[in-house]
Amino acid sequence: MADIAGTVSSESQTRPPRTLRWRNPFLALGTQRALISVTVALIIWELGSTSGTWLGHALPVLGVVPSPVSVARAWAQLIRDPGYWQSWYWSTLRVLLGFTAAMLVGIPFGLLLAINKTFRGIAFPVFELLRPIPPLAWVPASIIFWPTQELSIDFVIFLGAFYTIVLNVVGGARAIDIRLIQAARSMGASRVNIFRRIILPGVLPSICTGMEVGIGITWEVVIAAEMISGGGSGGATSSGGGLGFFIWNSYIGGSYPDIIVGMFSIGIAGYLSSAAVRLIETRITPWRRLR
Amino acid sequence: MSEAQTSRTGEIVVRNVSKAYGYGPFAAPVVEDCSFTVESNKFTVMIGPSGAGKSTLIRLIAGFEKPTRGEIFASGKPVTGPGKDRLVVFQETALFPWMTTAKNVLYGPQARGEANAATKILADFLLDKVGLRAFRSRYPAQLSGGMQRRAELARALINNPDVMILDEPFRGLDAMTKKLMLDYFAKLCEDEKRTNFFVTTDIDEAIFLADRLIVMSHRPTKVRAVIEVDLPRPRDYAALFRDDRANAIKLEALSLLHEEAMKAFAGGSKAAADFIEAYKRRSVTA
Repeated sequence: MADIAGTVSSESQTRPPRTLRWRNPFLALGTQRALISVTVALIIWELGSTSGTWLGHALPVLGVVPSPVSVARAWAQLIRDPGYWQSWYWSTLRVLLGFTAAMLVGIPFGLLLAINKTFRGIAFPVFELLRPIPPLAWVPASIIFWPTQELSIDFVIFLGAFYTIVLNVVGGARAIDIRLIQAARSMGASRVNIFRRIILPGVLPSICTGMEVGIGITWEVVIAAEMISGGGSGGATSSGGGLGFFIWNSYIGGSYPDIIVGMFSIGIAGYLSSAAVRLIETRITPWRRLR
Repeated sequence: MSEAQTSRTGEIVVRNVSKAYGYGPFAAPVVEDCSFTVESNKFTVMIGPSGAGKSTLIRLIAGFEKPTRGEIFASGKPVTGPGKDRLVVFQETALFPWMTTAKNVLYGPQARGEANAATKILADFLLDKVGLRAFRSRYPAQLSGGMQRRAELARALINNPDVMILDEPFRGLDAMTKKLMLDYFAKLCEDEKRTNFFVTTDIDEAIFLADRLIVMSHRPTKVRAVIEVDLPRPRDYAALFRDDRANAIKLEALSLLHEEAMKAFAGGSKAAADFIEAYKRRSVTA
């Protein structure tokens, strides 16, 4: 018995492996606080939106917003409606298309700007002149010069992410420590090797930052573009409108709880995309996890 | 030229080199009419006040920059650009953050397309030698300052350079680690003969390592004096403080450095003020 107690105490001195220790996430202080904060917000919202009945007259702002209960009820119905999921599908598709195009064009463009002085001299002034124009200002022009409305929406989304990605790539490439390149050069590395093994991994963290900011912008842009353009190729008749058009359509049709459902849906979509980007980031830059 | 052509492997000849930044009347001279020789198979230490232009000289020798006037020869051939015959170990770490220790060490051979089974074995041998075998798959951010310096030494040594150029490699390490690194590095150099060109602002470090000491002047930098450090090897860092010959060399170098530091001080350089402060502390202990 005595030596069993001895082994137990000696074991408790060495830290047990992390994987074996399971902590109930619902008991964590942070989780408790988060639950309290969300619950309190929902109660205030519910009380505010039903203030017309229990207070005699509706409170400003909160009093005219659909109550959380009615939003939940609307949502419960919508998840059985294929049209709602079609809206998700179209917005996600547009974001992915525009964002992928922005990366495919933006990353090489940014790298070229960073490593080639001549190219920078020629291309950067135009880039800087076009950059202050907000993506949404491009919507009418974009509808005119792209053959389909779908392409014009994709283009506006592309612009939203493009500038951020390019600026981050250029900044990241120029921030690479010159001594790393000097060290590689003196060890006899070719220009191609320096580009592939020093510059590319060196800008990877900045590319990730650009992606994280960029994906947020694309969700902002897709919603507005869908509202302005009237829902892209599908238009009002079919379900090709996307979440932005879903919100707008709910507003026109007077189904106010659906507006809130649409808003929350976009919030969830944006959160999921950012989480996905962060996951990719930790995968492709393993050396940064350890700091 | 004839003298340079007959020179041996690893020898570096700096002849009447000047370097100025800027143009015309705005040119700021950093190095002025500098001439010295880093002899083959010897440990040459360059010492001078902070901000004198020593790092500029190193960039010129490494071939990253070109001198405004004068010539530099490495192993008898004029320096036209960077080369693996002259490898620089920089101030603070210049390890590639995205490569593990082993990949950092193997970078040189791989970049030149020379990586094979033999270089892998050599890399393991060098990692063993610098005591980092257990840390071969760690990233630089996971290594301590001393480990990073050793990893960098291994990364340079695998390329078997004719001359190793070390630009204040132990700066920024704490006193204990620095002492350990110095002992370790001195042993490494005694094990295998190689030409070393070591730059520092620390007189004790300089005397402990050097065969020859080149004392530089304040900016624009030129050679102030060359002192032969004819102390027997292997040397003991602590014993050097009690050695008369070592102290004589130290005093000679310090009086020269003091003058230069005073000039810099008169120029209002913060770095020089720090140096004088350090100098005062040292002359009390010496």
